[in-house]
Amino acid sequence: MKKKIIGWIFVFSTAAATLLIVSAIGFMLFEIIRGGWGKISWEFLTGAPAEGMTAGGIFPAIIGTVLLVLIMSVAAVPIGTITAIYLSEYANRNSIFTKLIRFAVNTLAGVPAIVFGLFGLGFFVQFVGGGIDKFISGDAQLHWGQPNILWASLTMALLTLPVVIVSVEESLRAVPRDLREGSLALGATKFQTIIKVVLPNAYTGILTGAILAVGRGAGEVAPILFTGVAYFLPHLPSSLSDQFMQLGYHLYVMSTQSTDVEATIGIQYATALVLLALTFLLNFSAVFLRYRLRAKAI
Amino acid sequence: MILNRTQTNGISTDRNTRSSAHHYTASKIAGGNINLKKRFRIGEFIAENIIKGVSFISFAVIVLIFIFVFREAAPIFSPAKQTSTTNTELVQETYGEESSTANETVTEQKNKSVESSGSEGEATAQNLLGKEWQPVSENPKYGLLPLIVGSFKVTFIAVLIGAPIAILAALYTSFFAPRKLREFLKPAIEFLSGFPSVVIGFFALVTLASLFQNLFGYQYRLNAFVGGIALSLAAIPIIYSVTEDALSAVPKFMTEASLALGATKWQTALFVVLPAATPGVFAALLLGVGRAFGETMIVLMATGNATLMSMNFFEPIRTMSATIGAEMAEVVFGDTHYNVLFFIGSILFIFTFILNAVAEFYVRNKLQKKFQGTA
Repeated sequence: MKKKIIGWIFVFSTAAATLLIVSAIGFMLFEIIRGGWGKISWEFLTGAPAEGMTAGGIFPAIIGTVLLVLIMSVAAVPIGTITAIYLSEYANRNSIFTKLIRFAVNTLAGVPAIVFGLFGLGFFVQFVGGGIDKFISGDAQLHWGQPNILWASLTMALLTLPVVIVSVEESLRAVPRDLREGSLALGATKFQTIIKVVLPNAYTGILTGAILAVGRGAGEVAPILFTGVAYFLPHLPSSLSDQFMQLGYHLYVMSTQSTDVEATIGIQYATALVLLALTFLLNFSAVFLRYRLRAKAI
Repeated sequence: MILNRTQTNGISTDRNTRSSAHHYTASKIAGGNINLKKRFRIGEFIAENIIKGVSFISFAVIVLIFIFVFREAAPIFSPAKQTSTTNTELVQETYGEESSTANETVTEQKNKSVESSGSEGEATAQNLLGKEWQPVSENPKYGLLPLIVGSFKVTFIAVLIGAPIAILAALYTSFFAPRKLREFLKPAIEFLSGFPSVVIGFFALVTLASLFQNLFGYQYRLNAFVGGIALSLAAIPIIYSVTEDALSAVPKFMTEASLALGATKWQTALFVVLPAATPGVFAALLLGVGRAFGETMIVLMATGNATLMSMNFFEPIRTMSATIGAEMAEVVFGDTHYNVLFFIGSILFIFTFILNAVAEFYVRNKLQKKFQGTA
């Protein structure tokens, strides 16, 4: 009897813990939708901030976020895909090189976002950017050697690289071995097999990886804090050496640094809602694609 | 190894044994995984090595992070000469015309530090162990202790609250939940990891903070407790997901044997499967700690950011990551303050690096051995 009670308590507490997590998610979603829904309008989505950020829209922040993740993808997706190809097609499981790469990918996934930010500042902005400046102009005129959207995107690309690698590798491994063997048996070389047989069969996986990376990149703020994001800019970024506004940073600044937090509370909620909607949309589509991929593999 | 390789290439083994010596040299030339009869192709060779080279980037980035974060932190460990020059620079920039008084204060400060430390070393390195973090005062103090305590305090709260919930939820999902519910639960909880941390921080700042203040009636609206709860929202998905994986990696026959011996479902879950998956759960905890420890935006927004050093969970704190996030934008490049911030970054990096390495090697090996041993 006593054992039965313990059992019930145990099962009940596991269910309660699950319920707690789910309701926390629900509560958070509810609060942000409730607070932000009324503020969302076409003007809000397409207007620039006005009257010292207390009115107007978040258009520059949306554009900045989109540009950031686009440039980021251009860097992260090819590198991530090629690394995944190596790990899945070429790598000898037991070689030290492979172990090194795997360890690096796992470590990279665990490095705090803020450390990526520091690295971006020390490496991209000061070392690479400063180096380019010195090379071009010869003196200390700063053009590339200061935070801009290119350095921010590249920093973000490093952060999202493991996401791409893991996702693409999974999809490559899901390509049946028969296909590879058939191709090889017909006389195709290994590289031809990869390009013409394996990759076309794994494109949903690559897409999933890219979308997941974009979702992650759109939501992170810490890596771009000092590599290119700006509080307010009167115009949209027009070149890679411009600074940019970003949704997450916008939300952070408005809710903590603003002189009149109460006046902008509606904008804050709405910004949070837009950011959340953006990342959810991306994550949803990734989950959907992955689901279809798995269904196909079976 | 060769056997494995040929199997993956789908080539019969007898051929392999016949020409294993040849295979060895061929693989040496082409750098890896090739067919036996294949002749050397320059295109293939180049393609493979380019792919190999690109995949090396991940490793190179880790090395570069090490080098560049530490490089910027290094000056605080170099002897007095270096720091004194940065000091004078600082004086020129901040005080400008009133240089006479400023110089006085600086010399005073130097004398002080020399007196107090007794060595020729200077403020920073000695100061690092201090209890005060006042980087932008006339007499800057870079005591990291309150920041380190803050980081550990908030991580402790987050894991203390998040870990049991996440592990229990993982147990529920893999044992007690009906099949239909399970298919909803796993993606739903992992969905939480898709929440941008700045949104969680915002939620904690505007909603949780007031809610908890009303509930518990403590003095400061933003404090370690609120930050810890918010942080647990970030740590839960990772702990949950790794634990769930570890639980489902436990071989089915163990569960079945336990059930066949007459144990109930909960007894099997608690006394058979959970112990078997312990290394995985441990890994989940380590990863959760790493996530919470390095998180920036949530703690920056929800913990109040006061450098207090107390054991009270309801007082504001400031973490290492939040300090970097808040102050890096305002420092002078190359300044001592700048170097100290990079030093904090290196501590964060090393700490999470060690956590990951332990989770990776120790735990994974142990888990494998355990199941291979029983299988």
